[in-house]
Amino acid sequence: MSVREPVIRVEDLHVWFELPGGGELHAVQGISFDLHEGERMGLVGESGCGKTTTILGMMGLLPATASVSGKVILDGEDILARGEDSISPHRWNDISMVFQGAMNAFNPVKTIGEQIAEPMELHGLASGKAAQGRVRELLELVGIAGDRANRYPHEFSGGMRQRAAIAMALACSPKVLLADEPTTALDVMVQAQILELLVKLSTTLGKELGLTVILVTHDLPVVAQVCDRAAVMYAGEIVEMGGMSAIYHDPRHPYTRMLFAATPDLFGDDEVISIPGAPPRLDRELVGCPFRPRCDSVVEPCATVHPRRLQLAPGHEALCHLNDSTATEAAS
Amino acid sequence: MSTADRIDPRLLEVDGLVTRYPISRGLYGALARRPKLTVLAVDGVSFTVGAGEMVALVGESGCGKTTTAQTVIRMVESDAGSIRFRGTEIGALGARELRPLRREIQIIYQDPYESLDPRFTVRDTIEEPIRVHGLTGSKAEREEKVREAMERAGLTPPDLFIDRYPHELSGGQRQRVAIAAALVLEPKLLIADEPVSMLDVSVRAGILGLLDGLRKEGMGVLMITHDLSTAAHFADRIAVMYLGRIVEEGPARDVVRNPQHPYTKALISVVPRRDPDERTVPQILTGETPNPVNVPPGCRFHPRCPVAEARCKETDPELRVVEGVDPVHRAACLLL
Repeated sequence: MSVREPVIRVEDLHVWFELPGGGELHAVQGISFDLHEGERMGLVGESGCGKTTTILGMMGLLPATASVSGKVILDGEDILARGEDSISPHRWNDISMVFQGAMNAFNPVKTIGEQIAEPMELHGLASGKAAQGRVRELLELVGIAGDRANRYPHEFSGGMRQRAAIAMALACSPKVLLADEPTTALDVMVQAQILELLVKLSTTLGKELGLTVILVTHDLPVVAQVCDRAAVMYAGEIVEMGGMSAIYHDPRHPYTRMLFAATPDLFGDDEVISIPGAPPRLDRELVGCPFRPRCDSVVEPCATVHPRRLQLAPGHEALCHLNDSTATEAAS
Repeated sequence: MSTADRIDPRLLEVDGLVTRYPISRGLYGALARRPKLTVLAVDGVSFTVGAGEMVALVGESGCGKTTTAQTVIRMVESDAGSIRFRGTEIGALGARELRPLRREIQIIYQDPYESLDPRFTVRDTIEEPIRVHGLTGSKAEREEKVREAMERAGLTPPDLFIDRYPHELSGGQRQRVAIAAALVLEPKLLIADEPVSMLDVSVRAGILGLLDGLRKEGMGVLMITHDLSTAAHFADRIAVMYLGRIVEEGPARDVVRNPQHPYTKALISVVPRRDPDERTVPQILTGETPNPVNVPPGCRFHPRCPVAEARCKETDPELRVVEGVDPVHRAACLLL
């Protein structure tokens, strides 16, 4: 681990929604992590675990029914501190996002170039000729010939539209890119092209230093091939986070281990298992470990005590009683 | 199911299947006498599915795998080739003769959020095929069949699910309802079109294990999937499609571990692995699958092929046994 300051630090992020019939849904329950320049982290978990809500919260793009607490620190400044006032100067400029399904969200009657230039014009970064020049530069950066800027979305294939969506997110030269399921609807060959692009962007962004990437996906192998680190989310919490290799070879949370076991591998001979049950509802108080009803290694305190977050090795942490000798001994 | 049925290799035999879709020229195009264009969705596909066998049809979007399945069940009409089911040619049967056979070939779809009627309870959904096929019997008999199908599909105990509506079920449970509605007719062949791609990873293995169990009971399963890892794990044989053609076909393990066709090799090289220390060197093909309106001459893969030679532009290779590999492992490449 270097001594450099992280590019972005998330501290105890909570997101909850007031429900129409009273009560609240606690979608994100205290997420903390930090990322250095050029780092690629995968945020993985089943649908509804809070991955997308986490990154929308970091962007300040949640609907008005959502309440957010915690800090998102960029260059020493908490961009959540004063709500929209403190986020908006950084949104797209420093922290940017490729939305899920972005490749299908282009306006069909405007050219790709016009749509990529739009955020630059809105942010007063460039206009007219300069903006067009920047659009060509961005398209080249994501592997599309610059003269395609005046084409319409229907003239692009799915993979090219996804590249264009990434180019649009990079328009204001952000430091951090949040990519929500960027390859989910794509074929495996096109997926490989997009993943290669994300790796390239984080390694060198033009002459500048690397882009920091958070890749949100349900697909563990994609994270394994592309990311340095992974954070596994369950019921609104990060239940395990660590280097990719550590997480795969030495998972310290049963959910991580079971997720890998549920994923077939091309050359694997091991039996593929399913994880019984379903994630808990988040609109009520959870007692004990949220994963307990589905876990294959339950110990005594799991039913009553919420597990502590324990640092197991530098950069490797998990939220499970099995790693906590004090909790298990106290019970026995 | 008797042993003889189980080893019958000829449950489904598809030979030289061709399916084209016409493209509308529009009024102007017709007046200007522009040439009629067709999409060659399936262009000479041959394969078999035996009883007790799971065959995976693998390929990227637009390669024709779903059209192949739809042609087999006669949802789409073929333009050439033969489809034999248990020895009977069904490609030319009329609707009336086809009807009893429809019971024996059932299909389940990708999206259990869309394939179930939201106003039908689980009972209604599973009972409907019985009524449609006029197998009514008494109410008690139908109820018995519905519950039996639910148990086979893993919706147990049936009492817990039978009166529920789709919105009260998870994705995995919905897919099990769709499977139960297929099983209630006691089909011999089940076609599963991307049966788990809409489901969470945690429940996929359950659905695939269920299909695997049906296969072991003697059912033939034709699985359409884009996921090579799933195919490698669960299928007996894999057929890789590219632009309307099967380019490689053989035992699942062989195709994955010893691919012969350059397209299969490239495809396998880009499948992400679970183990971060086994990062593959992806052999990324440039561009995307060409439009099946303009199938390249010669070998259809030659414009993207990393090892293509001059002759590949002229000769369209046939699917044939490759020397030095398993005799039932075939590939369509001139260089082999």
